[in-house]
Amino acid sequence: MKPLLTLALKSAWNRRYTLGLTMIAVALSVTLLLGIERLRHDAHEGFAQSVSGTDLVVGPRSSPIQLLLYAVFHLGEATNNMEWSSVQAIARNPAVAWVIPLSLGDSHKGFPVLATNEDYFKYFHYGDHHPLEVAQGKPFHDLYDAVLGAEVASRLHYKLGDTIVLSHGMSGTHLTDHADKPFHVVGILARTGTPVDRTVHISLAAMEAIHIDWQGGAPIPGFAIPPQLASKFDLTPKTVTAMLVGLHSRIQVFALQREIASFDAEPLMAILPGVALDQLWDLMGVAERVLLAVSGLVVAVSLAGLVAVVLAGLNERRRELAILRSVGAGPWHLVFLLTLEGAAVTIAGVVVGTVLLTVLAAILGPWAELRYGVVVHAALPGLEELKLLGLVVVVGTLASLLPGLRAYRMALADGLTPRV
Amino acid sequence: MTDTVIRIEGLDFRWPGAARSCLDIPSFQVERGEHLFLHGESGSGKTTLLNLLAGVLTPQSGQLELLGQNLKAMASARRDHYRVDHVGFIFQQFNLIPYLSALDNVLLPCRFSSRRRLRAEEQAGSQRDAAQSLLSHLDLNEGLWSRSATQLSVGQQQRVAAARALIGRPEIIIADEPTSALDAERQTAFLDLLRRECAAANATLLFVSHDKRLASGFSRQAAMAEINRIHGEGAA
Repeated sequence: MKPLLTLALKSAWNRRYTLGLTMIAVALSVTLLLGIERLRHDAHEGFAQSVSGTDLVVGPRSSPIQLLLYAVFHLGEATNNMEWSSVQAIARNPAVAWVIPLSLGDSHKGFPVLATNEDYFKYFHYGDHHPLEVAQGKPFHDLYDAVLGAEVASRLHYKLGDTIVLSHGMSGTHLTDHADKPFHVVGILARTGTPVDRTVHISLAAMEAIHIDWQGGAPIPGFAIPPQLASKFDLTPKTVTAMLVGLHSRIQVFALQREIASFDAEPLMAILPGVALDQLWDLMGVAERVLLAVSGLVVAVSLAGLVAVVLAGLNERRRELAILRSVGAGPWHLVFLLTLEGAAVTIAGVVVGTVLLTVLAAILGPWAELRYGVVVHAALPGLEELKLLGLVVVVGTLASLLPGLRAYRMALADGLTPRV
Repeated sequence: MTDTVIRIEGLDFRWPGAARSCLDIPSFQVERGEHLFLHGESGSGKTTLLNLLAGVLTPQSGQLELLGQNLKAMASARRDHYRVDHVGFIFQQFNLIPYLSALDNVLLPCRFSSRRRLRAEEQAGSQRDAAQSLLSHLDLNEGLWSRSATQLSVGQQQRVAAARALIGRPEIIIADEPTSALDAERQTAFLDLLRRECAAANATLLFVSHDKRLASGFSRQAAMAEINRIHGEGAA
């Protein structure tokens, strides 16, 4: 087979433009496939790490995914609230190290407003046990202070000291504004790549204050309490939406979960965030698999193009193949020659595609993260990606057997005198 | 070893699916050192005969011996090997590989046959020297050796093809209309060169053409019409 290697190389070089274009098509499809696989992987990773260090999420009894959606992703609306006394009771449990109460329901220009306390900045972790970082300013301190997630600030072009007005309700076009009690931006958080980036944070007391002259989801007509006066009232919340709980030891997690499930005062539920996150991801897995299937199809199309190019070139090479036969090449040499060519183009495409993706990720990665919050790492391919690339090479080589076998049949039919 | 390099007895060949035979050769021999001119119109079955001699096709029945070896008894891979070891081919035209230089084209048989490579080395010290000496003998000067086949004139291409057939001194040279693309003057010059080099290499030459005018200078003449009992449509 050795004499054939140099021959194959010279023959391919002779047709370098056609083969080069085919190789580029394969490379681009590999870039797409690998890019989507990497985005998918990073999205899954980011998703799974949107909360970390939290042992239990506690809320009124509903479905675990619903609780996760509003407690972690601040999406949807809670149908029930839990009593503040329950929060305090759970916080007093000796197994509990810390709790973060969460209250939702308002929004600002489509971004959810989360009312919580200063423990949020102390105990909330994401990713690989990263605490939140305040990039500019400080956590809220005064009643009408707001701390913005990174994306809220960059999308709406807010800076420290700006005044913002919250709206009542999470979504919809006709929301009533809390125009009488505007907030000041006192802090902007560093980007986390989690739902925190899209959230406006205020204190629980502020949440009470803006609703003090409200009843049944609307301001009480003819009754308004000015912002300065609101602080004179007792602003301890009566209810919250949910709470995050951290334990001294993870061993106690199931015991506490059972205890909360049989809580006397009201029906409550405690979920393990990791388990619920996996369930939720499985729900979204269809879209993910469709995406991967589409990029797989793109690769298949480019490999079909490769086979078509080699097959089309075969007729022009009939005489070349006949000459090779006359100087001693057997039909199997020709199969090898053509399959080798297809395999080499596929391998070159895979290598170039991988390099292209790495270069693109290195150049465009920071921009994409800043602009869209999409994190694409410029990294060497991991094991899963290598498997995918290996699969592309195997499929490309198998597909290239097709022109090889066609050449075999032609060689047998033509002999040394091709009918061109 | 016998002195008969090609021996055909009672050969019958029919294309797969064809109603009747294309070749029916009761007996045909070529002796060692002969320069045989085989005359055949197109359709006389000469191309099929050459493919049989090359081992690319196999007859349905009959004996087909090359240098005393029965080609029919060999497996196809063995036949491919036997062909390059013992036979050099020259075809009508365009029979060089376009992306290889003249020299690399000449060296092709040495890549596939260790026997041809060893014989070339024995003869000239290295296969490269053997190729270069053949090219010089065939009046191709050094400036042309590294040119690609497409940069050579038709006449030059045919001489490169002759050098490729001759390298490593195969016992048999089979030429199929190698002069049809040349003008009359160059035809004669090419044939003289070819016969001279075959004689120098002690090779048996089987020269096939439809052009009877080329026959002078060959040691023997034969016609397809005499050796093949099938005439007309069936033969190709």
